[in-house]
Amino acid sequence: MKPKHSIEVHNLSVAYNRIPVLWDIDFELPQGQIIGIVGPNGSGKSTLLKAIMGLIPLSSGFAKIYDKELNNVRDKIAYVPQRESVDWNFPATVEDVVRMGRYKKGKLFSRLSGIDKQLADEAIEKVRLTPYKDRQISQLSGGQQQRVFLARALAQGADLYIMDEPFVGVDVATEKTILDLLITMKNEGKTVVIVHHDLQTVSDSFDYIVLLNTRLIAHGPTREVLTEENLQATYGGQLNLLVKMQHLIKNTDFPIREKGFEDK
Amino acid sequence: MMDQLTYFFTDPIARKVILGVSIIGAVSGVVGTFSFLRKKTLIADAVSHSVFPGICLGFLFAGTKDPVTLMVGAIFTGWFSVWSIDYIVRTSKLSEDTAIALVSTFFFAIGSVLLSIISKSQNSEQTGLKSFLFGKAATLSTTDVQVFFVVSVLIVAIVILFFKPIQLVCFNADFADSIGIKINRIEFLLSVLTVTTIAIGIQALGVVLMSALLIAPAASARYWTNKLVGMLVISALFGFLSGIIGVIFSTVKDDMPTGPWIVFVLFLFTMITLLFAPKKGWFSLQRQSKKNNRKIEQENILKTFYQFSEEGFERITVGRFLEKRRMDSHVLERNMNRMIHQGCLKRQDQNYELTEKGKGEAARIVRSHRLWELYLTKRMNFKEDHIHGTAETIEHLITPEIEKELLKELNFPVSDPHNKDIPY
Repeated sequence: MKPKHSIEVHNLSVAYNRIPVLWDIDFELPQGQIIGIVGPNGSGKSTLLKAIMGLIPLSSGFAKIYDKELNNVRDKIAYVPQRESVDWNFPATVEDVVRMGRYKKGKLFSRLSGIDKQLADEAIEKVRLTPYKDRQISQLSGGQQQRVFLARALAQGADLYIMDEPFVGVDVATEKTILDLLITMKNEGKTVVIVHHDLQTVSDSFDYIVLLNTRLIAHGPTREVLTEENLQATYGGQLNLLVKMQHLIKNTDFPIREKGFEDK
Repeated sequence: MMDQLTYFFTDPIARKVILGVSIIGAVSGVVGTFSFLRKKTLIADAVSHSVFPGICLGFLFAGTKDPVTLMVGAIFTGWFSVWSIDYIVRTSKLSEDTAIALVSTFFFAIGSVLLSIISKSQNSEQTGLKSFLFGKAATLSTTDVQVFFVVSVLIVAIVILFFKPIQLVCFNADFADSIGIKINRIEFLLSVLTVTTIAIGIQALGVVLMSALLIAPAASARYWTNKLVGMLVISALFGFLSGIIGVIFSTVKDDMPTGPWIVFVLFLFTMITLLFAPKKGWFSLQRQSKKNNRKIEQENILKTFYQFSEEGFERITVGRFLEKRRMDSHVLERNMNRMIHQGCLKRQDQNYELTEKGKGEAARIVRSHRLWELYLTKRMNFKEDHIHGTAETIEHLITPEIEKELLKELNFPVSDPHNKDIPY
């Protein structure tokens, strides 16, 4: 049976540098849509993605992808980290990085096949970087670097694409290239989850939105979620008492969940 | 000197020493590349100080300078220092650099205490243990070199086998994690490789200087290539060569430590790199800046001729030129000669005149200048009296592609903000 949800998050809490930045997040996301996770800076959006991808320890709760544990569905997911998270002075060309998308667990010790290389080339073509294929990655513009990351994800050939701020620091041309690609991917039945901090741009393209500000504000089809009230709650500043509790927890090094407490 | 060189390649003892040190150099170049790319060079330095107590413990345990026991001791305390640094960073509020400084000095102090205990003992084997401080390649035994060789082959084999996961972890660990690579294990593997390399290197380099052999070849290699494989090869080559040359230097006089000489050669390689490397080296940067200056000078001359022609004058003497545009007369002469050579300018008696080619170029510069002025006023809301300075520089940078885009964006304008014609 086909699973109903792409991602399910249940009672998820995460502390970052001992400060709890996500409190009991609970939602399910549909499939075959472009989904935006939206909130102001510091609202825990990227932390949420990292928690879903198992990159940081959870304080409580769990995340499931296609109703399964992350480890059983890794080959169906492509993760695009924030562009600033890597050092672009690393000695590699565009082609080198995109080919990393064909590195698969269990095939790490053999050479890439001709088909792997072709798939990487196709991905480079899709993001229109073919003329820059042999360019050292530090010589690219921000938008081009973002497209390299996108091409690597495309080369992975996944069903679910999880992208952390792909529109930060990109030029208008790249923004359009990425948006067009996302729509093509959606039409092919792929699910795309995007962390995005700015509602002014590109949010028209989201079919479904999760509004986040350390707690879940709302989630649902874009038209239903984008109400005045929800936006006020998301962007209208932090909750005073919540911030005070965050700092109490940090300063006393308190756990977020009592020992032995089990989330159902 | 020649005698000495032939000596090195014929004398079996000298050959053995050179072989041992060059193997160490090459392997350090490879392993150091990963430390460098992961920005862990300070940890490599801490490890090399921290293997010192391990050597002493190994000696106390075995009672002789058995290379395998010493190496096991070195790996043990070296790895323990990596773990300690990691533990301090994870559980305390101290930053990584503080943790590194604390751990490396503490381990080195313990090593010094152990060494003084050993030298007070009556064990006759202990002589030469001091050479672990600054390295003494001459003390390498055949067994030592054999052990180095086997370990080095193993290290290189592991690097080749694990190349892809190592590459991923060095470049983008989060991505590696997302496709299911156990990054803890790869990081552990890398620290084992680093510690092992240091353990085999200290006899020749000494604990104080060993980290240079890990850091300098990799840092220099990065300047010569943009490919990871290329960087590994070049770094290995630098390490290999500095090992050989360092040993030769150190034997010119008796009883000199090898470590400082190898580091000296490494320093030379680094200096050569910083001076001569393509694109980022000092000479390359100088050449680029000279090229830029020449372009600016020539294009300014072209522009001045264009301004004369706008006033109706085509043939200009040097005197009139300098009245309109101040310029060093040597610079002017040099550039005019060059432009005549390029076919942009011709000379008749005292008069200079642009050729057709020169006119085309001059119009292009003026067009770039005026288009940019227009762009500044239209798109960036600059006031008219503020635009000239910026446009003076930008005009030299505008490429044909950017010009095309400017024309499209400004919809092929006919005049600039000062109401001067834009030439096409």
